[in-house]
Amino acid sequence: MPERTATIASRSGLHARPAALFAEAAGEQPVEVTIAMQGEPADDALDAASILSLMTLGAAKGDVVVLRAEGDGADAALDALVKLLETDLDAE
Amino acid sequence: MQNFQGVGVSPGRIIGSVRQMPKPVSEPTSGERLAEGTSPEDAVAGLKAAAQSVHDELKGRADTASGDGKAVLEATALMAKDTMLLKSAAKLINAGSSAERAIWEAGASVSEMLHNLGGYMAERATDVLDVRARIVAELRGVPAPGIPASETPFILVAEDLAPADTATLNPAVVLALVTSGGGPQSHTAIIARSLGLPAVVAAHGVDSVADGSEVYVDGAAGFVAVSPSDEQRAAATAWAETSATLAEFDGNGTTADGHLVPLLANVGGAKDAVAAAALGAQGVGLFRTEFCFLERDTEPSVDEQAAAYKAVFDAFPGKKVVLRTLDAGADKPLPFLTDASEPNPALGVRGYRTDFTTPGVLERQLEAIARAASESEADVWVMAPMISTAAEAGRFASLCAAAGIQTPGVMVEVPSAALTAATVLREVGFASLGTNDLTQYAMAADRQLGPLAELNTPWQPAVLRLVQLTVEGAAQEGSGREGTAKPVGVCGEAAADPALAVVLTGLGVTTLSMTARSLAAVGTVLKTVTLEQAQELARLALSAPSALEARDWVRAKLPVLEELGL
Repeated sequence: MPERTATIASRSGLHARPAALFAEAAGEQPVEVTIAMQGEPADDALDAASILSLMTLGAAKGDVVVLRAEGDGADAALDALVKLLETDLDAE
Repeated sequence: MQNFQGVGVSPGRIIGSVRQMPKPVSEPTSGERLAEGTSPEDAVAGLKAAAQSVHDELKGRADTASGDGKAVLEATALMAKDTMLLKSAAKLINAGSSAERAIWEAGASVSEMLHNLGGYMAERATDVLDVRARIVAELRGVPAPGIPASETPFILVAEDLAPADTATLNPAVVLALVTSGGGPQSHTAIIARSLGLPAVVAAHGVDSVADGSEVYVDGAAGFVAVSPSDEQRAAATAWAETSATLAEFDGNGTTADGHLVPLLANVGGAKDAVAAAALGAQGVGLFRTEFCFLERDTEPSVDEQAAAYKAVFDAFPGKKVVLRTLDAGADKPLPFLTDASEPNPALGVRGYRTDFTTPGVLERQLEAIARAASESEADVWVMAPMISTAAEAGRFASLCAAAGIQTPGVMVEVPSAALTAATVLREVGFASLGTNDLTQYAMAADRQLGPLAELNTPWQPAVLRLVQLTVEGAAQEGSGREGTAKPVGVCGEAAADPALAVVLTGLGVTTLSMTARSLAAVGTVLKTVTLEQAQELARLALSAPSALEARDWVRAKLPVLEELGL
């Protein structure tokens, strides 16, 4: 299954506005994308399009997360989402 | 004619027609099953449709909102169609639950999960409950909870307001807030003060007033009347004229005869500081640094502190910012600094005293302050809380000097510091009276105890006498040197009470620091008296046998308060 790692760049972590922007973008992808903290089993991964899941994940700035997706367009979707995570969304 | 007495939490006199906020959505009965003939598939589809329309409604509101409110609404809109929430509700529906009950329970468990995470997440827990209520209302076909949509201005009557309501509360349409529940510290009260809307809380029975009824609201007196009298109409008209002048502080604190009393703001962080600067504050009289430390298990680094302090300093280039060093202990415990098992924490190791038991934290804080000050254009003064003796003041001054801080000072909160103000002020450059603690210690009455509330007012003549002694000590100390007394400010709740602000000015206090919203009211009242009149009122208050009489006597001589509805 295609996967990518990304380092959270937003100052407030994956909370508040960055979480909302990310969840919305994940929901717009043609494939289902999951998110987990690096080192956590893939079975425990959460739905990346769920803002509530993202909030319970509690990823802070500098934390590394793993994104996974399968199917047509998975690679493009993952690339787009990694780029978003590695942008400081609080600065925009 | 029907009257309601509540607690006034934000001043203003106004007449308008009532709009009741829809009742909160009631909980679907526990164990409520799917209706006969409804398949789980249909119920899940219905739930999804309801969730989508709640999402669309909130998203629409987000599009017209701005700033923080917009961000909260956008996040709340996403919660409405959140897969985690809807999937766990679908699971309950497939087990036979009704859609209403399913979303209710799913929302409760998600909300609890967020609540347990604490901090920012815990704040979002109420948003999940708000979303849940909206979806249930949608499923039932009843009006959505929240502020009624209306083009014409109205007085909003509710049980209490929720944070999610506030983002779209339009002060151009909502004239005043009245609630049957809540208290002076309720969310409603906080919203009203920050928007400058007249508000009365805890007005029991007010939810029985019919929509469209004309009512008079007095947010200072805490009074609501149905079918206003002519007198009340005149009061509302007068308020309409004066409120314009009370909305904005001109940035010049002075008496009628030009005696300058700079009006400063109390702030707890950069956001407060920016808001205070916009409201005309002439500087900061109390910058509480606890925000940097609270809810932490370990001390923040010097770098982290310096960045946080600089953000506040930068809001006031060229102006005075008085920073208070860490004031932990008593009602603000910190795990790495204070001992929670003290039998009497208000008299324990708190404020400056934590340096006795945990040396180093204060020195590192001073280092961070000095660095932030050198990188900003603010005129930074630094004071220590809970100083009791001249020796403590002297030691604090030498710590400041070692860190490169030019203007050290002390808080006067302990009566001993007020009584020995001359020797205390020989060691430092200024003093600031913390009237809340000074009152609690002078009256030996715990601030947090309801039954002692009558003792715990800065109108107590004993407290005013301690203020006077501090000013006299400063004058005595100053007279030997440059010929001018060292500055003595006030940064407690007392400074925000316009009548008391006049008395404090009369006692010789040089600056008044308060919550930024109070600046305009205090500034307006101060401009109506001369220094000599203020001194006369100070003598009057000092001579009163009780706090109640001190307040009544002074207010009687300041008819402007009644005129302005303050």
